[in-house]
Amino acid sequence: MPTVKMKVNGKPVTAEVEARTLLVQFLRENLRLTGTHVGCDTSQCGACVVHVNGKSVKACSMLAVMAEGCEVTTIEGLATGNTLHPMQQAFMDNHGLQCGFCTPGMVMTALDIVNRNGNELDEATVRKELEGNICRCTGYHNIVKSVRAGAKAMGSKP
Amino acid sequence: MYDFNYHKPGSVDDAIKALRKASDGKFVAGGMTMLPTMKHRLASPSDVIDLGGIKELLGITVKGDTITIGAMTTHAAVAASKDVQRLLPALAKLAGNIGDPAVRNRGTIGGSIANNDPAADYPAAVIALGATINTSKGEIDGDEFFTGMFETALAEDELIISVSFTKPKAAAYMKFENPASRYAIVGVFLAKTNDGVRIGITGATPCAHRGMRLEEALNKEFSTAAVDKVIMPVDKMNADIHASAEYRAHLVKVMTQRAVEACK
Ligand SMILES: Cc1cc2nc3c(=O)[nH]c(=O)nc-3n(C[C@H](O)[C@H](O)[C@H](O)COP(=O)(O)OP(=O)(O)OC[C@H]3O[C@@H](n4cnc5c(N)ncnc54)[C@H](O)[C@@H]3O)c2cc1C
Ligand code: FES
Ligand code: FES
Repeated sequence: MPTVKMKVNGKPVTAEVEARTLLVQFLRENLRLTGTHVGCDTSQCGACVVHVNGKSVKACSMLAVMAEGCEVTTIEGLATGNTLHPMQQAFMDNHGLQCGFCTPGMVMTALDIVNRNGNELDEATVRKELEGNICRCTGYHNIVKSVRAGAKAMGSKP
Repeated sequence: MYDFNYHKPGSVDDAIKALRKASDGKFVAGGMTMLPTMKHRLASPSDVIDLGGIKELLGITVKGDTITIGAMTTHAAVAASKDVQRLLPALAKLAGNIGDPAVRNRGTIGGSIANNDPAADYPAAVIALGATINTSKGEIDGDEFFTGMFETALAEDELIISVSFTKPKAAAYMKFENPASRYAIVGVFLAKTNDGVRIGITGATPCAHRGMRLEEALNKEFSTAAVDKVIMPVDKMNADIHASAEYRAHLVKVMTQRAVEACK
């Protein structure tokens, strides 16, 4: 079996995995980081979005061995102790979730949106950028509100 | 997904060697098509050869009016490239509207062209711009590359190295997209070149192709009214839950007209 080495949320990990192990399976089943979800088998829903070397990817459509030597960040890597990341806090404050299944992917995508588009986001930009994330509960309105508020809060962070 | 042997070669030569040695080997680029296909067990290669470690396949270079994009360049990198934005803004826009941000961070130009999905965006640009596909065996003319649904002129053990585009006088890509996947229900790439107007159509039929009737009409008179008079053959169009053949035939003309407006 191939051996894979990567950094997940800042911690180095090494494991033997079958080549066919998806990155999302590796995170959930080997590392027990179950915040990253699987919502489809067509690479369309975005529940599995994590960051690999700072860029959003669908962890269901990447092999664990493809992340060899990479830095992976998951939803578990965002909070500092009991203090939520400003984007997580914004989802809470703006009622940006109902069942919460899509939320980890939404938050990881939201951070990628901020990285590329800055802290002042208009509604149209957020809606377009969320094309790869599907939510079956909220109707998106409060998610868009959360992303904009979170982006702003990240900008005013000391 | 069935298990397989995984290889990550560091050069084009080693990738081809690994493929030739395998009983049923497959290259993988961004994996955005390959991995879902393998998950559904529609493909079960014995060996997967990851092109992600080959530096020769990366990067965008400009020589005069020609821009060459390495096969492993992601859609996001093409969309963000200052060189592509300057020489071929229509191509940068096309790449920036493929799928969604996470798909664009992994999916590559080489993978998209090699896969030749009937609804993929890049094939329309390759055809309209008369691009050259540089492969491990030589050069393939963009007009001859796409041979049928999911079929290309590539040999089994042939690797796309890069794709070269020449700056047109003007160009525009108009896509009527599927609201779920963002694949093209119909996409029309129009280029004004030294050889006249060239049109690449995707999504409409089983394989991307040139819009000869539309080109003929637009070379006589470059106007939306000229497009109105063209009769599109309905019987050759795709029909599915997203759009009927008649609707697709109609959309080809509307997308062409929008491209004409954008190129005026
Ligand atoms: C949710 C979703 C939405 C999408 N929306 C769109 C869209 O709107 N428009 C669009 O055009 N596409 C869309 N795609 C497809 C996407 O663009 C893929 O990236 C692309 O089709 C395949 O590229 P890849 O790099 O992922 O290739 P892979 O999946 O890795 O490979 C695809 C095929 O190409 C072969 N291959 C790869 N690289 C080479 C090479 N250098 N030489 C020879 N053969 C090679 C592989 O062996 C394989 O057969 C979407 C995909 C998803 C999952
Ligand atoms: S689980 Fe990855 S996109 Fe749906
Ligand atoms: S909150 Fe339930 S899927 Fe989005």
